[in-house]
Amino acid sequence: MAKGITWSIEDADHMTQAEIYGEVLTQIAKKNKKIIAMTADLAGSTKIGRFQKDFPERFFNVGIAETNMMGIASGLAATGLIPVISTFAAFAALRCAEWVRTDLCYQKRNVKIIATHSGTSFGQAGTTHHCTEDFGVMRAMAGITIIAPADAYETAVAMSQAIDMDGPVYIRIGRSFEPPLHKSIDSFDFQIGKAIQLHDGTDLTVIATGRTVNGALEAAEIAAGQGLSVRVLDLHTIKPLDTEAILKAVMETRRIITVEDHNVYCGMGSAVADVIASSGKGCVFKKLGLQDVFSIVGYPDDLLHYYKMDADGIVEAIQQVMKMDFEQDEDWEDEV
Amino acid sequence: MALDAAELKRLKQKARQIREEIVKITYTCGGAHIGGALSQTDLMVALYYKFMNIDPKKPELANRDRFILSKGHGGVGHAVVLGDLGYFDKETLKEFNKTGSPFGMHLDCLKVPGVDASTGSLGHGFSIAIGMAIGARLQGKKWRTYVMLGDGELQAGPVWESAMAAPHFKVTNMTTIVDRNMLCIDGSTEEIMALEPLKAKWEAFGWKVIELDGHDFNEICDGIELANASKDQPAVIIAKTVKGKGVDFMECDKKWHYAGLDDVTMNKALESLKKGAK
Ligand SMILES: Cc1ncc(C[n+]2csc(CCOP(=O)(O)OP(=O)(O)O)c2C)c(N)n1
Repeated sequence: MAKGITWSIEDADHMTQAEIYGEVLTQIAKKNKKIIAMTADLAGSTKIGRFQKDFPERFFNVGIAETNMMGIASGLAATGLIPVISTFAAFAALRCAEWVRTDLCYQKRNVKIIATHSGTSFGQAGTTHHCTEDFGVMRAMAGITIIAPADAYETAVAMSQAIDMDGPVYIRIGRSFEPPLHKSIDSFDFQIGKAIQLHDGTDLTVIATGRTVNGALEAAEIAAGQGLSVRVLDLHTIKPLDTEAILKAVMETRRIITVEDHNVYCGMGSAVADVIASSGKGCVFKKLGLQDVFSIVGYPDDLLHYYKMDADGIVEAIQQVMKMDFEQDEDWEDEV
Repeated sequence: MALDAAELKRLKQKARQIREEIVKITYTCGGAHIGGALSQTDLMVALYYKFMNIDPKKPELANRDRFILSKGHGGVGHAVVLGDLGYFDKETLKEFNKTGSPFGMHLDCLKVPGVDASTGSLGHGFSIAIGMAIGARLQGKKWRTYVMLGDGELQAGPVWESAMAAPHFKVTNMTTIVDRNMLCIDGSTEEIMALEPLKAKWEAFGWKVIELDGHDFNEICDGIELANASKDQPAVIIAKTVKGKGVDFMECDKKWHYAGLDDVTMNKALESLKKGAK
């Protein structure tokens, strides 16, 4: 059992990320009376409505008024309560950006945001309902923690650990069912700020986050069939960043590909690039994701493929990156 | 003034046809915001088939009237109207929601001819409409801007910033319509975040308020004429509507805000529309 888990879930293999956080949150709230849940006319869609069933008196639906929700959450947190608020990522991160900065981060409020329908996971809804900018917006805010869990299990643990820590947290999940990455709730070691190495490798490292992790793992297996040894890191925490794991990948594999359902400008890949650049080491690097474009309409899985964020796209990138050279440094042997 | 019988019949038939097509596309596309699309239909039919000065063959015509669907999730209903008018080949609506299609649940003004703004995030369209109307006035243009809001959308703060701005800037070359179907997603607007007394709120913000039955073409057309004639203050029409209008089992039920349809429910829905038309 992972550290600090006081709740249990059944049938997690069949739950969406949203369903599971709703369930876990409700269980935690049985003991932790400080938890308040809020939404903006999306109780059903975000699944925070699950909490409302058990604790109607601790649940606030503010109507379609996301910024008001952020401000109220800041005030509630100032009185010692722990607001957990949920709406679509586009509204949580983009519409409310200044509220999150000034009312939550700047004032160090203990508020947890569960941003659903992130990236292109609400594919058919179109660009107004996609959100491929939130890593960038949120990363720029001092003092926030950003987590993008890859499956329902990770979402459950992330929810739980977010409650256990102090300060604003932004948890970014998708809209629908993600195939489980892990076998069970205690089959992986999830710590905020620590990447999970899912597959070891020496030729190249693929760093993925959120709904792109499954594809990365699949790509590593395909590449293994082609004689390549690919390391896969599940970088579920975008901030604080696991610089140690990234530096290790630089030193040991010298080739890195990042994959995220996000614009490659200012996303997870850019965060990784900061670390690579600071290392002073030569490293071949490629960022997969939306190449500074607005996403098209389509089925979520099709969009992963279209933007080369699925196993096919990652394998193609692996082949490209393996053909590129990095500059050897003299003390290369010493570093390994 | 009452519409003559032929005109009334024309509008009613058109509305029924539009509703049928909304049902059919909701079926083929896998899921759409059908409830609100059905509630807005009569209002949109009056605008597009009677009042608006447009040329579907020339969607970019400089002097066309503008229409902003601020409740952008009604896009499925808007797309059906635009397709029917010939802005694009109606057949392409079969692609609604499909990968690479120009049509998603919320219409993109760069991809769908006839759409004046990309809406979907609630509380944006109203401001854009005010900007267009002021732009027309500044440049001495005679065209009019029409904007439609959802009542749930009125819970959004930016709407009231716009509601303050339009009377302040004396924006009378714009007609605002609220689709007052009493529901947002999670329940009735009054349960989730109460809007009433709604008329008094608009009046206090400096608007001429026209309340009418949003499914009665005589009232709708009189109301639009009255709103368009208001020269001292901007006018808002609060149209009482029924979410899911025309499909008996969808009416006034929040569960049909967004839904997909299978063969059985689609046929039941079409059947209900047919019955209602008699
Ligand atoms: C800013 C924002 N928040 C939330 C949503 C999600 N959403 C889509 S439709 C809707 C309810 C809209 O209710 P209403 O305006 O009354 O529309 P109608 O009942 O006519 O469909 C919500 C909350 C959104 N599109 N935009």
